[in-house]
Amino acid sequence: MSHHIVEVKELTYKYPDGTPALNGVSFRITHGESVALVGANGAGKSTLLLHLNGFLTPQTGSVRIGDMPLTKKTLKHVRQTVGMVFQDPDDQLFLPRVYDDVAFGPTNLGLPPDEVKQRVMNALALVGGAHLKDRPPYRLSAGEKRAVSIATVMAMSPSILVMDEPTSNLDPKARRQLIHLLSKFEHTKIIATHDMDMVLDLCSRAIVLRKGEIAADGTVRDILNNRDLLDASGLEKPLSLQGCPICGVPPAG
Amino acid sequence: MGSIGSSFFDIGHLDALASKQTPVHRVDPRVKVLTTIIFIVVVVSFNKYDPARLAPFVIYPMAIMAVGRIPLSYIVKKLLIASPFVLFVALFNPILDRNPAVELGLFSISGGFLSFMSIMAKYVLTVSAGLVLIACTGFDAICSVLTGMGVPGVFTIQLLFVYRYIFVLGEEAARMARARALRSFGDRGMGIGVYGSMLGQLLLRTMDRAQRIHLAMMCRGFDGEIRRIEPPRMRWSDWIFLGGWTGLFTLLRLYDFPAWLGRELGKLL
Repeated sequence: MSHHIVEVKELTYKYPDGTPALNGVSFRITHGESVALVGANGAGKSTLLLHLNGFLTPQTGSVRIGDMPLTKKTLKHVRQTVGMVFQDPDDQLFLPRVYDDVAFGPTNLGLPPDEVKQRVMNALALVGGAHLKDRPPYRLSAGEKRAVSIATVMAMSPSILVMDEPTSNLDPKARRQLIHLLSKFEHTKIIATHDMDMVLDLCSRAIVLRKGEIAADGTVRDILNNRDLLDASGLEKPLSLQGCPICGVPPAG
Repeated sequence: MGSIGSSFFDIGHLDALASKQTPVHRVDPRVKVLTTIIFIVVVVSFNKYDPARLAPFVIYPMAIMAVGRIPLSYIVKKLLIASPFVLFVALFNPILDRNPAVELGLFSISGGFLSFMSIMAKYVLTVSAGLVLIACTGFDAICSVLTGMGVPGVFTIQLLFVYRYIFVLGEEAARMARARALRSFGDRGMGIGVYGSMLGQLLLRTMDRAQRIHLAMMCRGFDGEIRRIEPPRMRWSDWIFLGGWTGLFTLLRLYDFPAWLGRELGKLL
């Protein structure tokens, strides 16, 4: 299915004040891939994500989502195809009731009320949040907020999920539940994160960004075992791949 | 800085009240908004030298509070918070308008005092009716009713967002205030100047957040209008609520009930 493809070619972007953020970034992500976007703070991850959804238009280079290039005309379609989960759920949940918030996207797509209701309940059930539907979003715990903000995106049936730091601010249990939830999705996933252990659990491929350029693009296993690369990119081996500091047992694999 | 935190918690309390299940809560929001508007118009329409005639109107907020199980203390507290403003508006009436309006034996009451009482009574009635409305309907329902009544979306969306993000903003402000307090050791810190830059900081953060929220909305197909699911049909109990209260307000407006009561009591004595 070709509409699950994300293709970025020679993308460059400079902030209005002249600071370069992306410098000739190219990659191609195909259907069903789960890709981690890793790199130090300020490496350009968030700027890159903003291009995938058309918030920023390429200054040079191009972005293609599925069969079409990202232009003003295709924007609406692209935004429906690419579901974006923001880092701070408070930015994503802006209506006074969870139900209304999840219904916001489908309603804007112009779906009939019955279909909207169906989609909302399905999306909430998917993230295990059906019981939250009448609660105000600001009363939820961080884990519940995250689950609901994923539901708001899932209700639009996107083909590609883009997530910015999905595990930030979560307690270990909520983090584990989230990883479990994401592992069940068969969407093409692009996850920008610092959580290297999650990368190991969820992703098959990793793209390392360093100062607006791609420093490496390969399988997670190769990249996470490349100490020099990780060091130079402000990253670290996942804890589960490091030896146990107490018993000295080296990691499995 | 407990005070900022706790006052925001208080707004959350209003929300908790709105999610109760009582007969008043179940009345259609459109009916409640309309009844409240009629109530306010009728109350405001009284002559300023006639505060006594406003007295019977207290029955409306009281009845809703009783049936809706809204604590009186909560409404009174909210009324007190805004009362200084109204007090200052009305304060000069008794001083400027000293014409005796009513003679009671040896005493005479000035017109200014009557209009002062009238302003205060109107304030208490209209604001408590508004508060009671929110407490038994919920803010989002009211906003969608207003949109349905033809209030431009720009205003209702603004209201909705203010209500949603006042918590987030309040938390952010409280965090900053706490951070300042922790490092100023109960002293004045670095003086009033610090508050200036804190406010600026808060403004910048707010603008950043507004931009991110806008992105999130665009992401989900926002085109300037928040569409709501069609409200359910009116039930006969809704019509009774509307008709009953409107009828009562009309009667109280047309007939001077307190004067009649006074005459009857006078006859008895």
